[in-house]
Amino acid sequence: MNGNGRRKKIFQSDMASYAMILAAYLAAELFLRSGAAGSLFKGLLVPLCIYSIMALSLNLVVGISGELSLGHAGFMCIGAFSSASFSMLMKGQGLPNGLCLFLAIVIGALSAAVFGFLIGIPVLRLKGDYLAIVTLAFGEIIKNLINALYFGVDERGAHFSLKDGAALKLAGGGRIIIKGAQGITGTPKLSNFTVGIILLLLSLFLVLRLMNSRTGRAIAAVRDNRIAAESIGLDAARLKLLAFTISAAIAGAAGVLYAHNLSSLQALPKNFGYNQSIMILVFVVLGGIGNMRGSVIAAVLLTLLPELLRSLNDYRMLIYAVVLILMMLFTSSPSFLSFRRELLLRLRGRGKDGREVS
Amino acid sequence: MAVLKAEALGISFGGLKAVDDFHIEIEKRELYGLIGPNGAGKTTIFNLLTGVYRPESGRILLDGENIAGKSCVEINQRGIARTFQNIRLFHQLSVLDNVKAGFYHHFPYSLLDAVLHTPRYFRQEKEMDKRAEELLSVFELSEVSDCRAGNLPYGKQRKLEIARALATGPKLLLLDEPAAGMNPNETEELMGTIRLVRDRFDMTILLIEHDMKLVSGICDRLTVLNFGQVLKQGETAEVLHDPEVVKAYLGE
Repeated sequence: MNGNGRRKKIFQSDMASYAMILAAYLAAELFLRSGAAGSLFKGLLVPLCIYSIMALSLNLVVGISGELSLGHAGFMCIGAFSSASFSMLMKGQGLPNGLCLFLAIVIGALSAAVFGFLIGIPVLRLKGDYLAIVTLAFGEIIKNLINALYFGVDERGAHFSLKDGAALKLAGGGRIIIKGAQGITGTPKLSNFTVGIILLLLSLFLVLRLMNSRTGRAIAAVRDNRIAAESIGLDAARLKLLAFTISAAIAGAAGVLYAHNLSSLQALPKNFGYNQSIMILVFVVLGGIGNMRGSVIAAVLLTLLPELLRSLNDYRMLIYAVVLILMMLFTSSPSFLSFRRELLLRLRGRGKDGREVS
Repeated sequence: MAVLKAEALGISFGGLKAVDDFHIEIEKRELYGLIGPNGAGKTTIFNLLTGVYRPESGRILLDGENIAGKSCVEINQRGIARTFQNIRLFHQLSVLDNVKAGFYHHFPYSLLDAVLHTPRYFRQEKEMDKRAEELLSVFELSEVSDCRAGNLPYGKQRKLEIARALATGPKLLLLDEPAAGMNPNETEELMGTIRLVRDRFDMTILLIEHDMKLVSGICDRLTVLNFGQVLKQGETAEVLHDPEVVKAYLGE
């Protein structure tokens, strides 16, 4: 196969991923328009986008750069709070909703990227599992820090405190924006399903284009063999840092979506805690490490499943566990993988070409 | 001027002087062998030359420029590429992508070019493909260019490692035991490949090898290392018949 053929194949595979998301979007929209959709279903649509974006973001770290992050919900948390603070400040300033959301996404992604960058500088110079340890701590620290943080503005500017609202000493007419454990209340509800899908498509586009560039190849080369990568002039620490920063930015954008989907935002273990980070890791592992389309599918299925099975009560988690095991086999068992490949080839009516690049 | 000139190179690990007062001078297009018993410090010298270890003393001149103390990445960019004793490929990448990873600094389109698929991206990617395929055809790896590197048979993995090193456009190529684990036929083929690399790319090559047939077959000059020190240096035939070398390394 020549270079153009290879690029064409990658292009087709990318297009199939976008088409899959668009098809799901249209189906969901049709279902909504038909009026048969319940409020439960409506409420799930934006979270589905959020988790898919988070899974993509984490897969960039785990699958492409080969590092483990156990605190990705922390970046989501930063994106959520920084952007929600911004839109609270902009409230009543006459900014159009679309522009406000766009700026919020930029701010959320940038703040998360800054944190990702700062964490990455020392940690990614080390070899081994240090990133997992540090991000685990980071996720918890950020959540607890925000629970203790008070932030307000008055005409003299911004005020921070870790004690209480009174310690901000706001002048008359000042507003408290982050109220410690109460978080932010009254965030404008700017995100909706369409915005979520656009953001998901953009993230996927960014990640896929990155993967098939010289930089993506270099990042994967460092993952496969750091010493060899350095011997051919690839700066391992810098490339890992780049991947991690981009991943943090994407997670931050998912956080923006989250913050603007609810009217009140609090940093709870449920939404930004350790379990959330692990849940996203489960999406990545079950969707196939390094497989972006798989991440999205896994995130959607595993978010929908517990809700769909709600009527089964006690059997819910049992079925959930069985599905997890089946998905693991589906994406990782060698015999199943070869079966799947053969099936695909037969469906396409082509001979084997031996290509199996993850 | 010599392509590589090392003077008074030394490093110790704990109390052990692993390499002491090492010196070498390699001319352009020369095929130079570095031999010696196990533990003599051969790979340590490769690690000093490529920046894996920082030399405690001495100078390393590459085309007259001192590169001692620089990092692996910098030294590769100055023009030294290497292979490893235990093969180190990017095993999950395709054979072609392994070589293309070596072109990283030669095709500097930006991340923005990659995301937006600008004409610059396509131009450079196409040129990269062309050059990678040329390089693979020299090593008779064209047929497997779409395979995963980790799935290649051993001999082809060795060749791919050399191809990847050459992709970085080095002035000097270091081969660490290229014939290790090969049968006599494969070794014979490898000798042809190494000669071809020298002739076709005008390459200067320094290699570590235990296979005396390969060493005597292709090396112009040799350095024999023993306990971290140079035991003998000179023309291949002359060195291999030296009584001291025979005693220390080859066995009487």
